[in-house]
Formats: sequence, structure tokens, C-alpha cells
Amino acid sequence: MGKVKQTEQNVKINKDIASESYFQTVFRRFRRHKLALISMIVVIVLGGAALLAPIIAPYEPDAIVGPFSGAPSREFWLGTDQIGRDVFSRLLYAMRISLLVGIMATLISTVVGVVLGLIAGYFGGVADMIIMRFTDMVMSFPYILLVLVAAAIFKPGLWNIILILGFVDWPGIARLVRGNVLNLRETNFIKGNIVAGMPLRHILFSEILPNTVAPILVYATSVLALSMLDEAALSFLGLGVQPPTASLGNMLNGAQSLTVLTKQPWLWIPAGLLIVILVMAINFIGDALRDALDPNSR
Amino acid sequence: MGKYIVKRILIAIPVLIGITIIDYAIMCMAGSPLEMLQGPRVSEAAVEAKKIALGLDKPFYVQYFVWLGQLLHGNMGYSIKSYQPVSEMISSHLGPTLLLMGVSLLVSLLMAVPAGIYSAIHQYTKGDYAVVTFSFLGSSIPGFFLSLLLIYIFTVKLGWLPSSGMTTLGTGGGFLDVLKHMIMPVIVLSTSMAGSNIRYIRSAVLEILQQDYLRTARAKGIGHFKVINKHALRNALVPIVTVIGMEIPVLFGGAVIIEQVFSWPGLGLMTMSAITSRDYPVIMGVCLLSAVVVLAANLITDILYALVDPTIQLD
Repeated sequence: MGKVKQTEQNVKINKDIASESYFQTVFRRFRRHKLALISMIVVIVLGGAALLAPIIAPYEPDAIVGPFSGAPSREFWLGTDQIGRDVFSRLLYAMRISLLVGIMATLISTVVGVVLGLIAGYFGGVADMIIMRFTDMVMSFPYILLVLVAAAIFKPGLWNIILILGFVDWPGIARLVRGNVLNLRETNFIKGNIVAGMPLRHILFSEILPNTVAPILVYATSVLALSMLDEAALSFLGLGVQPPTASLGNMLNGAQSLTVLTKQPWLWIPAGLLIVILVMAINFIGDALRDALDPNSR
Repeated sequence: MGKYIVKRILIAIPVLIGITIIDYAIMCMAGSPLEMLQGPRVSEAAVEAKKIALGLDKPFYVQYFVWLGQLLHGNMGYSIKSYQPVSEMISSHLGPTLLLMGVSLLVSLLMAVPAGIYSAIHQYTKGDYAVVTFSFLGSSIPGFFLSLLLIYIFTVKLGWLPSSGMTTLGTGGGFLDVLKHMIMPVIVLSTSMAGSNIRYIRSAVLEILQQDYLRTARAKGIGHFKVINKHALRNALVPIVTVIGMEIPVLFGGAVIIEQVFSWPGLGLMTMSAITSRDYPVIMGVCLLSAVVVLAANLITDILYALVDPTIQLD
């Protein structure tokens, strides 16, 4: 009896799976990752806080409102920095900047990588060779060294950091897209499109690109995590986002002084923890997306 | 095999030349090192004389070929700041960096290989989740933040470990002293590497465990221990070789920031000071060296890969 019931249940489950849409499937698989679900909530809460910073923040981020280097108190939840600015308010605005840098850099590198990858994969020949050799060159530079040199050369600032990170992160995506295009070009539906004389733009952007979106999305989450880490490292070294604008990295910059490091942990530990939490959450989401979007998993 | 190696080297050469050109172009866009000289006490004529002495009055491509020609004669130029030969500066700073990188690579493999294999064999158990979560933490924590935390705990609070330099000032150094100075930088570098390596090795071993030859081995009934240790681990060598190859460029970059934080007297520290003072010949030398190392690492990885995995076709 029990076995029959179980089989019935299986049939029902299989029916459910068969009738659900693509996005339902993805969401169902994604939900299985508890850590990713928690990460999703964390990112939404922190992202929301960053977005609503002007409303939530108790003080102006750049205004001098309290004592110098004041310890956390009821008035200033995370204390005040060396020149009397509220650390909690600055943290909210810093998160805004760090997320902005991460997202914009990821967008730029994704667009560059996708376009170059599509061209290299679809046309092959000389275009492919030139693009792939160029990709090799960019990849052969130790990544951080390239970023550091570029950041030292161009005046450090918000938009320069975004551009530098954006133009350094693309090779991985270009390779990924190229590989997928090479595979797709051999499939019958693309060949059919070519035979039918569809315009090139249609084949590239309406037929090939949608079929390679899933791996791009997964890769982009890791680029997002990486570029947020890089922004933090650059700003920490003083080559990134410049004060008075707060970023999570340059709030840690103060910890290079011994007094701050030893006597005023509220000035650097919260900013560092926020970076770890955000980057980790993004990595977990990317990992769950990889499993959820994988056509071979159930 | 020989043909394959030659082909790979021939591909690497234009990439290398391209790297030097890009690098040189970026440097020239940066602005002149003479800006650092300028000041109220330096006359216009002196700046001009310096410019001619450094060859900066010639067009960009001529300067590039002059530099390239010198390079082929083994001369990497002279530092604009300290007037020392670049090759000498690099070789005197290379030792500490290689020491730090080598030990970190070793430690990260000692962490990642057992953890990755354990995690794959015990997939979806509590141990596996713990290992994977740790690996995510390792790759998500910024190196400089981990460094600051370690310094805060072990130097400031406990007073156990020194936080800067390679040897204690005023003493001759010695093995134990260097070891003590190395502990924290090595922890930081190897943690971030182990983070991504664990997941890579885990997924590679998981794939191996699903192969037909392992099913055959299990079916023969030779026991779990033998299946894993004789059949699975030998094949896990392939991903481990890949991991080592992938880590070399990461190490080179990571060392720059970590050396800065811990004042480790290596290439990274030298590079940072060259970057801030726009000492072109030095920056170019370091970039070239690192590009050669990365290309060589890729090449060796590919060759080892072909040696370890006989199914890879060389064409």
C-alpha cells in the first residue's frame, strides 16, 4: 500500500515539475539553499538601508556633529570618527558608494565581455584571434597590480575606480561567452536562422544571447563580489574613493594609524564586517544561482 | 609533446610583446616623472636637461624601442628615484616575496586539498557544509581586513606576534625570528587562496566520484578506503595542478597589499612605493617580471596537465 501511495506522490510531483514555468523551476531550486535564502534577505535589507540612507541616517554623513573619536553611545550608535562625524550615518552612505561601485563595474565588464565574446565566438578567424590574444594579455597581468597601476595613474575618484574595475574584469566573461557561442553556433536552430537569412543582429542578440544568459548571470555575481573587494582594497590604500565621500574601504583606512587600530575599534571593525557580510552573501547567492540555473540538475 | 610545448611558447611571445606595449602606453598616459621634480627651487633649464638625460624628449615609440633594446641586453634601466639598476632592485626584493609566496602556497594546499576531498566524499553532511561555508568566508574576507584583525588580536591584545617587517630590528634575525614575522602574512594569503581552492577541488572530486571507472572499482568490492585512495585521489591530481597554476598570478597580486600592511620587505612593498612616486622603469620591470611569471605558470600548468591527464589531446 505504502509503495503505491509513494508512486502516486512521485507521479504528482513529476506532474508539478513538468507543468511549472522556467522561473518557477529556478526559484524552487534556489529555495533549497537555505544560506542563499538568508543571504538574499541580508542583501535586500542592507541594500534597502543603503538606498534609504538619506532617510534612515540620523546625521549628515559629512557633517561634524559630535566629539572627536567618541566611543559608541546612545546618541552616536557606532561612535564618532577622528573629526567628529557620526560613524553609523557614514557607514550607511559608504555602503551606498561601495554597492554603486560594485554594480556599475560589473555592468561595464559584463557589457564589454559579452560584446567581445559574441564577436570572437561568432565570427571566428582574425577577429577571434585578436580578441582572444588581447584577453590573454589582460589576464596575464596580475590583476591587482594592473588595478593599482591604473588607479595610481588616473586621478583616484569614484568614477575612475568604476571604469578601471569595469575594464579589468571583463576577460572572464568574454571567454565564457565565446565558448558558449562556439557551442551554440553548431546547433540546428542557429543554423536554421542562418539559412533562413535572418539579420545578424537578430541571430546574435535575440537567438544566441538569451541562451547564454544563465552562465553570464552566475559569473556576474562573482564579478560583483570581486569588484567590491577590490574597491575596498584600493580605497584602503588611498587609491580609491577619496574622502570626504565615505566608502567601506576608506573607512578602514584610518585603521592604519596605531591609535585607531588599538583604541578605537568602532572606527574600523563595523566597516570591515559589513564588507565581509555583503561579499559573502553575494557569493552564496551566486552559488545557489549556479545550481538553480544548471539545466542538468532537477 | 615537444611540438606542443614549442607551439605554446610561440603563442606566448606575441602576448608578452603586447603586454609590454600596453604597459608602456599606460605609463606614458600617466604623466611625466618630471612632475615630481618640479618645484620653486628647480629651474626650467634643469628640468629640460633632466628630460633630455632621461630620453623623455623623444617620441613615445622611440622610447619604447630604446627600452626594449636595452632589455634584450639584460638591462632593465635605472630607477628614476634611487638611480639603482632595476634588475638589482628586483633581485634584492625577490627573495622575501618568494619565501612568503612559496610558504603561503604550500599552506593553502595543505588546507585545501584534504578539506576539498573530505568535503566531496562526505557531500551534503554537516562536515561538508562547514567546510564549504568556511571556504566562502575565506574568499569573501578582504585580506587587509583579516590582517588588521590578526594584528589587533595577536599583536595588540596578546602581544604574541610582531606586526611588521621580516626580522626584529637590531637583531641578526635567524630562522625563528623570520618564522614569527611570517605567521600572520602567511595566514592571510593562504586563507584567501584556500577559500576558492577548496570549492574547486571539491567539485572536481565530486565529478571524479561519478565516473564509470570508480563505479567499476566499487563494484569489484575492493572496499571504500581503496576506492578513494587508489582510484579517486590519483585522478584528483589534475584539479590540484590546475589550482596551483591559477594561484600564481593571484599570489603575485595579493602579496602587494599584504606586504604593504605588514611592511614585508619584498617586491610588493617596492612596487607600491614605485607606483606612488611614478618610478616608471621600476614599475615596468615589475610588470614585465610578473607577466613572464604568469605566462610561464600558465605554460607549465598546461604541460603538467597534459602529463597528468593522458586523455587530453595536444593539438
